[in-house]
Amino acid sequence: MNPPRNWLPYWLTAPGVLMALAFVALPLVITLSLSLYPFLPGGGVGDQMTIANFADVARDEYFHVIFARTFAMAILVTLLCILIGVPEAYVLSRLSARWRTVSIVIVLGPMLISVVVRTLGWAVLLGNEGVINKLLLGSGLVNEPVKMMFTFTGVVVALVHVLVPFMVLAVWASLQKLDATTEQAAQSLGAGLTTVMRRIVFPQVIPGVLSGGLIVFALAASAFATPSIIGGRRLKVVPTTIYDEFLGNLNWPLGAALAVVLVVIVLVVSMGMNRFVERRYKQVFQ
Amino acid sequence: MNRTPRLLLAFHGLFVVFMLAPLVMVALVSFTDKGYIAMPFDGASWRWYAAILKNDDFIDAFWRSVGLGVMAATLATLLAVPAGMAIAWHRFPGREVVLGLLLSPLMVPHVVLGIALLRFLTHIGASGTMWGLTAAHTVLVLPYVLRLVVAAATGFDRNVAQAAESLGASAWTVFRRIELPLILPGVAGGWLIAFINSFDELTMSIFVASAGTQTLPVKMYNHIANTIDPLLASVSTVLIVLTLVLMLVLDRFYGLDRVLAGKP
Repeated sequence: MNPPRNWLPYWLTAPGVLMALAFVALPLVITLSLSLYPFLPGGGVGDQMTIANFADVARDEYFHVIFARTFAMAILVTLLCILIGVPEAYVLSRLSARWRTVSIVIVLGPMLISVVVRTLGWAVLLGNEGVINKLLLGSGLVNEPVKMMFTFTGVVVALVHVLVPFMVLAVWASLQKLDATTEQAAQSLGAGLTTVMRRIVFPQVIPGVLSGGLIVFALAASAFATPSIIGGRRLKVVPTTIYDEFLGNLNWPLGAALAVVLVVIVLVVSMGMNRFVERRYKQVFQ
Repeated sequence: MNRTPRLLLAFHGLFVVFMLAPLVMVALVSFTDKGYIAMPFDGASWRWYAAILKNDDFIDAFWRSVGLGVMAATLATLLAVPAGMAIAWHRFPGREVVLGLLLSPLMVPHVVLGIALLRFLTHIGASGTMWGLTAAHTVLVLPYVLRLVVAAATGFDRNVAQAAESLGASAWTVFRRIELPLILPGVAGGWLIAFINSFDELTMSIFVASAGTQTLPVKMYNHIANTIDPLLASVSTVLIVLTLVLMLVLDRFYGLDRVLAGKP
């Protein structure tokens, strides 16, 4: 049977497609090309194509430090999110229906609250006069305030808070496919909690951990608000550097080049991780 | 099912404290009567809530963000409903490409979208305009509506629509009387989640918004860059309470876990 071409789906999707082409695809292409033109002092853009912006990024020690910091931060945040997000998703899946609803609101609800508000909360907690330092000083554990605002550690803690719900969601989704009888079988054969977790539960949720990890990694590497507020001026990461190049130095071509390099590294690392994990845990992906 | 081990419950308790601590802290410090953020403090007052009402900048930015969120969510819904039905019910060449393109704002970092739109809107002479910001937010939140519409439409028995057609209903009648009512929970849930995402968006807006079109998150960010004072805490607390109310609404007619997970 070969009916005449049905044009209806094209008409139905056309308005959205045109909007996405005009306001996502076209601007991205323009930005990619912008990175290939020279910056003229005073904020202009030259018209001779060049790779000078990329050469600047590749050669300058200053940018190396920023890229290294950004990706060290993203990897650490991803690992911590796996470390606490996987067990939390497991607990959620085992709670009774009523407690689960309450817990879901608490664990996933913050995703709906502005990241500025959540980061502000951490600024209040982490400051030298903040609650954590007051508690530490009061308990006599430390003699002077521990510096946490404007530090790498502070940014990592706040980013984990902002991003861990994504990990919990992804793992929870794959836990729902898990057959509870496999755990019971292991337990009846004498396996303890850690063995069940390590040998039975964890391998089965690897696809969820992978997809959650990829989301967290990409979002952590491109996070702006949290590193900017908690990290401050001196602890720069790539997104805050792009912001400074665009709105501070008005060097749009260099900012565009930084953005291109950021996206390429995130893509390459994500694809590499994807392939590595799928090969390493082949059986659970079948 | 056996009981959850103590150790895991203790971990769960710590996790809940970790998730709530910064939000609770913001709410607590907003009730100080001092001119600076301190915890613990002696006198509790509504001083910083009264201060919001006197601060026209924050009030203006709040209403601007509400208007922007409503416009962007509505436009995104108008685009996503037909597209979502086509994607859920038709197999056509290029379907995957269309879906990928419409969902692409989820994959591109907001900072990259921000500079791309700043460059593009400057190019067409629309930088700093409200309609440029609205268009940007519309494409940004479209994926959230689309996912829920596709999910709602996929779980829908097409025989009902065919039955109506065979009884002589026009395509428009089938859509209005049968299809739309059946996918309405998905559409409404999608609209709300799109509104929330537009309302909260900072990173892209900070590039696209000008001094005259500052949204509330941009206004708050610029304020934080200068000083962190109790006024920010009281504004944040209002936002937390409003979000809680929206969450309850969302949970009522769609189910919070379904919306957050983007699943049918």
